[in-house]
Formats: sequence, C-alpha cells, structure tokens
Amino acid sequence: MNKPVATEPARLDVDGITVAYNGTPVLREVSFAVPHGARVAVVGPNGAGKSTLFKALVGLLPLRAGRIFIHGLPLGHHLDCVAYVPQREEVDWRFPVTVLDVVLMGRFGHLKFVQPPGRADREAAVLALDQMGIASLANESISALSGGQQQRVFLARALAQEPHLFLMDEPFTGVDATTQEATLALLDHLRSRKVTVMISTHDLNLASTRFDLVLLINRRLIAFGEPKAVFSADNLAQAFGPQLIHLADGTVFVDECCPPEDEHIHPGAAQ
Amino acid sequence: MNWILLPLQYSFMQRGLAAAVMVGVLCAIMGTYVVLRGMAFLGDAMAHAILPGIAIAYLLQGNLLAGAGIAAVVIALSIGFVSKGGAIKEDTAIGILFAAALALGVALISSIQTYAVDLTHILFGNVLGVSASDLWLTAGLGLLILAVVALLFKQFLVLSFDPILAATLRLRTELLRNLMLILLALTVVVSLQTVGVGLSAAMLVTPAATAYLLTRRLFPMMVVSAVIGAFSSVVGLYLSYYLNIVSGSAIVLTATGFFLLAFLFSPRKGLLWRTRQA
Repeated sequence: MNKPVATEPARLDVDGITVAYNGTPVLREVSFAVPHGARVAVVGPNGAGKSTLFKALVGLLPLRAGRIFIHGLPLGHHLDCVAYVPQREEVDWRFPVTVLDVVLMGRFGHLKFVQPPGRADREAAVLALDQMGIASLANESISALSGGQQQRVFLARALAQEPHLFLMDEPFTGVDATTQEATLALLDHLRSRKVTVMISTHDLNLASTRFDLVLLINRRLIAFGEPKAVFSADNLAQAFGPQLIHLADGTVFVDECCPPEDEHIHPGAAQ
Repeated sequence: MNWILLPLQYSFMQRGLAAAVMVGVLCAIMGTYVVLRGMAFLGDAMAHAILPGIAIAYLLQGNLLAGAGIAAVVIALSIGFVSKGGAIKEDTAIGILFAAALALGVALISSIQTYAVDLTHILFGNVLGVSASDLWLTAGLGLLILAVVALLFKQFLVLSFDPILAATLRLRTELLRNLMLILLALTVVVSLQTVGVGLSAAMLVTPAATAYLLTRRLFPMMVVSAVIGAFSSVVGLYLSYYLNIVSGSAIVLTATGFFLLAFLFSPRKGLLWRTRQA
C-alpha cells in the first residue's frame, strides 16, 4: 500500500478515521491520501461502509477517531470545496422545484447569508446543465424526470458547486446508458479541471479500467493503490469473501444477490 | 353588495375579519413547509400541546396569547430535542407529549368555573372575541414570521428539499430546523384565535396542500396557498355570520372545499386529469 507521491499537501488526507453509526462502528481506522486530480474508485461489498465513508468526508457523520484534511487543513475549514452526489432516493422528487432551482442550490455555498442567486449563479447553473446534456430540461418540474435524468440533475448541481473534491455514491447503479456515458464524460471534464473524484461502485471492471486508484474497503481499509495491485485475488477474497465467484478463465466477479440492507443508513440530518 | 357590508358595521366583525385573514395567510405560508416536510402530525401535536400554556395564563389572568407563545416555544424546542435521536421513534414521542399536554391543559381548565365556554373557545376558536391588542400582537408576530421566511428562503428551501446538501453546504441545519419549529409554533399560537386548538392543523395543511396541487415551484406555491388561506378565512367568516355556525369550522370547511376542487380538477395533478391520462 504505497501512497502516491504528492508535491503539495494532498487534496484529501484521511488519517485513521473511525466512523460509527448509532454507536456501532461501521468503519475502523481508515487511512489514505488522495493527490490532486486523482480519480478514485471506492469498492467493497454491500455494508462495507462506502456511503458511510462519503458521509464522514462531507461532515454528515461525526468521526469517532482520526482526522480528515483537505488541502492540508481540517475538514470544515473550506466551506464549499466538497460536493457530494448522494443516491437519488435521498430526496423527495415530488418537491415543487424545477431542474434549474435544484442546480441553483449548488450555488448557495457561494452566496452570502441572505443573498439571492444572481445572474452569474444562473449562468453557472445553466452551464452545468449543458455539461450534463439536460439544458433543455431547465424549466421542467423534477417530478417529470426519469431516473437517469434525476442523476444528471444531481451531477449538474454538484458541478455548479465548483468543488475541488467530488464525491459520488453509486452513480452507475440503475441508470440508462446515456446517463452512464454523460457521467463518464463528466469524469474526463473534471480531470481537465484537476478536480479530485471519488466514486463508489460495484462494477469492478469499470473500477479497474477507468480509475487511477482503487480504495478497497470492508468496514476497514483492505487495500489502496493502482487497480492492478489492489485487485489481487487475496485482497478481493478479504473484501468480498464468499460473494466472490471465480470463473475458469481466471476472471472474478461479485455475486450481488441478496445484499444486506444495512448499507444505506440515513443520518439524523436526513430529517 | 349590502350583504357583504352588513356584517362589517360591527367592530368585532371587522377585527375578526382582519385576524382571520392574517391567520389564513400565515398558516398557509408556514403550511407549505409542513406539507412538504411531512410535519402535519407535528403541527397538530403542537396546537394541542399549547393548551396548558393558555390554561396557566388564564389562571394567572395573564395574556392568553403570551401564555400560548411561551408554551409553543418550549414545545418546539423539546420536539427538536426529542427528534434528535432517542430511544423511541419521533412520532411516538410526539404522540405521548401531545396527549399529555392536552390532558394537562384540560385538567387545568376544568378547575375554572366557566369551564365549558372557555374550553370551547380555546378548542375551536372565537374569532369574534379578538381584541384590538390581540390584533396588534397577531400582526407583529405575523410580520416577524414572514420576515424570517423571506430572509431565510434559500436556507429553508435546501433544508426542506435536501437536508444532506444543507449539511454539506455547512448551513447551520440544527439551528435552522429549530428556528422553523419555533416559527411553526408561533403560527399555531396566532391561529388559535380563529380556528382553535382542534382545527389549527387544518389551516396549516389544507391551503398548502391545495396550492401544491396547483403549482410547480415553492414560491408560487406559497403565494397561492396564502391566497387560498385568506380567501377561505373571509368566506368562512361570512358563512359563520349568515348560517350562525362556529367560525373555525366554517373557515376549515371552506378551505376543505377548495382542496377538493383542486384534488379533482387540478391540471396535471388532479384526479380527473390523471384518470384521463391513464
């Protein structure tokens, strides 16, 4: 597990964090450092604590132990540089807002306490919508959207936040091919802007082909590094255990049948 | 036109009408948050839980609205505290709290001689008994509530739609949530004069739910809700005058009528529209 060499403070430095939910530790003593502009896949079985890790990274769940640094400064110091794209089920899609309204919310971190969004914010929001290929939906009610379109609205909103660190929870699960393509195109765009990206995914193939680094977890850190090194048979067995299926030609895949339901916990903030 | 002006020759009717319109607007606007965040039960509980505050103020011969206001803020903050995560579920905790407070309120009031009349007024409102000072207090509280909603519009929007985004944007979510509960409690206090403890929740939920069926953005929803709330209050008060029925009931039934119309005939979200599409 060799840390990538960084010349400036790592964009994200996670130092021995333990995160508990309802008193039970979900993640124990996880440490890793992500350099600027890297693209990291967070991989692990259901219940491994992928969502928990993300929620800890944006400060939604308190740390039991350890510290998180962004640009070498403690979490919370940079108010608006982390964008988190939660799973789509986290919000009520019948809420009376338009697509543009939702994307504009991404700009609120840049606004003063009682300042309404202005023209520059509107332009940034439209640009983000355009980037995700849904500019034509700007004035639609969010209740009229398909699942993939909802996903792209969330991505556009995160983009409008102009983050340095972009976290996405399972963006490839249950979306159409267009959305998957738009998401992958977004990753390339983010790389050109030197935005650090962390994505949780079940797709080991995608993780090994489209990402610089893989973070393999199962309630603790199992391996972190380049995909080839991380996806060793030994590491995978540690992470997935009996869920792992070996095929005769040497490939492995994860049996996703009947996952436990405890992965997507909702912190109190969701009320 | 005479039938419109006729009731207004009485100053108690003028005051009642002014109070009813203010309450209608306030409840309708706070009600949008109640409807969108699924807090209808909470609003109802709050109204009942305020009863002991009114009873104590009555026994001490203080201002009833002030007593209700103090009780409301205490209740709002204790609900906020309980819902932060305890051993029992939030709605159970609220259920216990509100039944206990109602029982305590009725117990206190039952020690008063004129028990039956007073209790009726508190439970179902007595808009025609609104005094000039009540009216000023209502106007003051109303302006305060509207000002906070206007200033914190974007914070309350994010908090209601996506609390996770609110937290990642480092909005003070806990503070905002408690503030919203306090605004709701004050709204309920103001509404007690016109519709009483028993029907306060209806004034919060019904106009806002009607507006939800007719609009597709939050601000228009608030405006439409306020118009429906105010209009229901006026129509209800006239019905109460001419049919000689309790004003609170008349106002709530009028609002319910508007809701049914929207539920059936609203474009896109109405029952007729949806069955025709299906």
